[in-house]
Amino acid sequence: MAAACGSSKTAANGSSSSGGGSGGGPVKVGFFGALTGPNAQLGINIRDGVKLAVDQYTAKGKGPKVALVDYDSQGDPAQAPQLAQRAISDHTVAVVGPAFSGESKAADPIFEQAGIVNVTASATSPALATHGWKYWHRIVGNDNSQGPAAADFIAKKLAAKRVAVLDDNSEYGKGIADIVRSKLSASGVALAAGGSIDPNATDYSTTVNPINAAKVDVVYFGGYYAAAGRLVKQMRDAGVKATFVSDDGTKDPKFVSGAGAADAEGSYVTCPCGDVTGTAQGQSFARAYQASFHMAPGTYSAEGYDAANVVLTAIGTGNTSAKAIDNYLANHTFDGITATIKFGSNGDIQAGRVYVYQVQHANIVYLGEVSQLVG
Amino acid sequence: MTTSLTRGRARVAQARLRMARHRALLPDLTGPLSAGWARLPRGARWAVRAGVLALAVVAPANQVGQIMAPASDWPSILFYPIGVYILLAVGLNVVVGQAGLLDLGYVAFFAIGSYTMALLGTEAGLSFWIILPLGILCSAVSGLVLGAPTLRLRGDYLAIVTLGFGEIIQRSANNASFTGGPRGISGIPHPPSVDHVGALTYGVLDPRPYYYLVLALIVVVVVVSRRLERSRVGRSWAAIREDEDAAELMGVPTFRFKLWAFVIGASIAGAAGVLFSAKTIAITPDNFPLLLSILVLAAVVLGGSGNLAGVIVGGFVVAWLPERFRALADERVLLFGLALIVMMIFRPEGLFPSRRRRGAPASGTAPVAVVEQAAERVEAQ
Amino acid sequence: MTLFWPSTVDGITNGAIYALVALGYTLVYGVLQLINFAHSEVFMVGTFASLFTLHALGISGPQGGLALAGVLVVCGLAAMAASATTALVLERVAYRPLRRRTTSRLAALITAIGASFALQEAFALRYGRDILSFPRVLSKTVLFHIGTGEVRSDKVLVVVAAVVMMFLLDRFMAGTRLGLGIRATAQDPKTAVLMGVDIDRVIVATFLLGGLMAGVAAALWGTFYEVTQYNIGFVIGVKAFTAAVLGGIGNLRGALLGGFALGLVESYGASVFGAKWLDVVAFVVLVVVLLVRPTGLLGEQLAKARA
Repeated sequence: MAAACGSSKTAANGSSSSGGGSGGGPVKVGFFGALTGPNAQLGINIRDGVKLAVDQYTAKGKGPKVALVDYDSQGDPAQAPQLAQRAISDHTVAVVGPAFSGESKAADPIFEQAGIVNVTASATSPALATHGWKYWHRIVGNDNSQGPAAADFIAKKLAAKRVAVLDDNSEYGKGIADIVRSKLSASGVALAAGGSIDPNATDYSTTVNPINAAKVDVVYFGGYYAAAGRLVKQMRDAGVKATFVSDDGTKDPKFVSGAGAADAEGSYVTCPCGDVTGTAQGQSFARAYQASFHMAPGTYSAEGYDAANVVLTAIGTGNTSAKAIDNYLANHTFDGITATIKFGSNGDIQAGRVYVYQVQHANIVYLGEVSQLVG
Repeated sequence: MTTSLTRGRARVAQARLRMARHRALLPDLTGPLSAGWARLPRGARWAVRAGVLALAVVAPANQVGQIMAPASDWPSILFYPIGVYILLAVGLNVVVGQAGLLDLGYVAFFAIGSYTMALLGTEAGLSFWIILPLGILCSAVSGLVLGAPTLRLRGDYLAIVTLGFGEIIQRSANNASFTGGPRGISGIPHPPSVDHVGALTYGVLDPRPYYYLVLALIVVVVVVSRRLERSRVGRSWAAIREDEDAAELMGVPTFRFKLWAFVIGASIAGAAGVLFSAKTIAITPDNFPLLLSILVLAAVVLGGSGNLAGVIVGGFVVAWLPERFRALADERVLLFGLALIVMMIFRPEGLFPSRRRRGAPASGTAPVAVVEQAAERVEAQ
Repeated sequence: MTLFWPSTVDGITNGAIYALVALGYTLVYGVLQLINFAHSEVFMVGTFASLFTLHALGISGPQGGLALAGVLVVCGLAAMAASATTALVLERVAYRPLRRRTTSRLAALITAIGASFALQEAFALRYGRDILSFPRVLSKTVLFHIGTGEVRSDKVLVVVAAVVMMFLLDRFMAGTRLGLGIRATAQDPKTAVLMGVDIDRVIVATFLLGGLMAGVAAALWGTFYEVTQYNIGFVIGVKAFTAAVLGGIGNLRGALLGGFALGLVESYGASVFGAKWLDVVAFVVLVVVLLVRPTGLLGEQLAKARA
């Protein structure tokens, strides 16, 4: 608590409660997302990316000291407000997260009022950018870029005539599927046998039967890997041959194991997350990650690493208050391993790009950027 | 006459207590406590109540938080989950503890209150203080609509129907478009603030005003609940709970009183929902899982179904323990499950068993005959 | 209505599994008037046992002929053993101490809820929270058509095995002394005790039978859906309990009827209103049926029915 008392004396550069970290102790940077509970894996992927960035920053030994604080929300929007309050009383100046869109809605207004910089690496709901939040940032493309890209890919690259668009009735899955639906209709593709499914159900026969009857070329699913795996398995069992396309929530090896390698083979997933192993920087990140956590980087690990580095770069140049970090983020361009990061005035990354992956021989293989594949 | 009656009651109470001690495997610490409470003079009881309230008022202090919840934001969790759970537990106690109706879908009424606040606040732009009674009304009407056809069902059928109702409400909120579907509703307004009064400034950053609001609501609900318990309504509920057929034979309009309990319970959950929504800014159907119904029911039974003080403690414990032990995040549900089993095996009537349920007379209401019958029943066991 | 026949086939298949699990709820309820909330976890443990048996046998692809029959039987027995053991342990640890002390049924319900949480979380901590996939044992080929509905080998297996198990249970209840004892206890426990029925033995038997049926359901589930997870029991538990209530809880044939009825109603309802309304349809039907027939379709009569 000594650091907390000190911070109020250095109020030169920030009037908010999270104003200064230079009151003696290290500057506190938080990670906000699920570390335990049913959706923990995504949160852990990001947190490990953040942790790697902070460890590397500390090892360099330049700039103000930084301490990483975890805020484990379990992905539960009901817990989010109190953890955001906790970040205020901890005098955390910047947060990587929240990881999911639902918890973002509950926590971001609090961060905004308190003046805590937050950079999400994975909450892709377009609505988050519409509130005029000053302290909110996102370093991945949102569903407004992923949805149209997926629709483009289905209509042009796969040349589909009839498509069944499904979603898991979650904020994320339904949001992206709705965009795909409207874009497909706009480009003259017929929609058939779509609708929402219950992601917790095991039996999807009531969804699969109409798809089987409708003879579609492509089945698109907006949602996460667990339901996607079961859905694909039951589709194939029922004899549906249509190509399966899904979103970044499905880009996980557990999709392949859930559906079974044979049934998942040939499926496509889109993701605003690029393949980092194409560059030297990205390869060294992957090596360092493997060395620290004894596994390959997961989905959004690289984005977490980039988000943390954006904040750490700002802190490293002496910006230890939230306000100063926020200004720095608004006026600089960062060379990340996933993309060149430049925030627009609404906090979203400019030029969010979307990439396509395909399941080949039981692995999720990078194919390229959608705009280039479609041509 | 009054004195001899009181003496008679005291004798029965003591006999009952001895029996209870024989049966409890754990040392019965709370039994003497509640017996002692019954013997306290009126003034002293009020002093204790005032003391508890004073404690609740100073509870959000930082020093308290460091002991109670070192890894969480204490004033925030005092509002949710602690305050809201206590309010819900007191409400569910009317249904389960007093009238003996097993409700597994209580969260539905909480959700209805929350969505009323969210919809009227964002769409119609009404003030919190206007929506609060409207939310209570909406929940009460839903209670009436659900209760009228189903309360003729026997206990366990009621349980499954209410469970189904809870699921129907949550799924419908998720599927319908006017509730925002899975996106829910955001931008819910806060209660209007009173200028320059810290405790009445309802903003985003300070959770304490909301805590005081929920505290005030808890006090109101507890007082109302207590008045009801000691009225003709409360005695009818007790009769229905103990033996519905007998109550019916004795001329108690059981259906009407069951419906009353259901509607009152629903209203309290509705009020809690309005309050929760007004603080939270954004709600989604995920805020209202079946698990919440079960946790609140666990709070009621754990604390001592039918005993107000016990139910409040139960609500506090169920909400607070997981926050206190955040370090055990992965194991806490397992430990909670085991705790429920151990608790029910060793103290099946809860931490603070209801005095009325123990068969001892509740002060001032039970006719002598009932007391004697209760005593006989005790001897028979 | 191109979807009518496919919906019928799937409704019957799901209904068979609901019915098997519902038997466990109905047996225990008939004798103890206890909602065994943890029965869903009895089922869940069975699916894990079946999965681990497949791993132990080193099965990685579809089998045929005798090998197929052997694997299915071994899996079924393993799941039955695991589920029955879980049910018995639950009875011994969580319910019997309460029963001995004549406490309220509410307390027993809370214990059941606690046991359900504890079992789910223990499996989540031990085996993770992700979906676990089964290797394919039975190749899924279309055997014949009913109308436009394809009848697959695995669906036939589920329905046939379920019906055989229910027939065996029916014979057991009607033709053995223990079955008689269970029915007598369900009808009137006090008289049954006076007539020399060992009530503890009867209660253990009901948990055992419920566990065995859940185990069969779990093994069938494994070959049909080929996935399990620590919380897999919750949804099917709620559905099976709904089926039991729908048919008239405490009534074995009611559980059977309720299971198939629920499976069909869900399947038809979802094809009319869309898959996302499936659970809402199921619960609305339950509420409506209970309003019209407050004790379920066949009424509560474990005692009176032949089985």
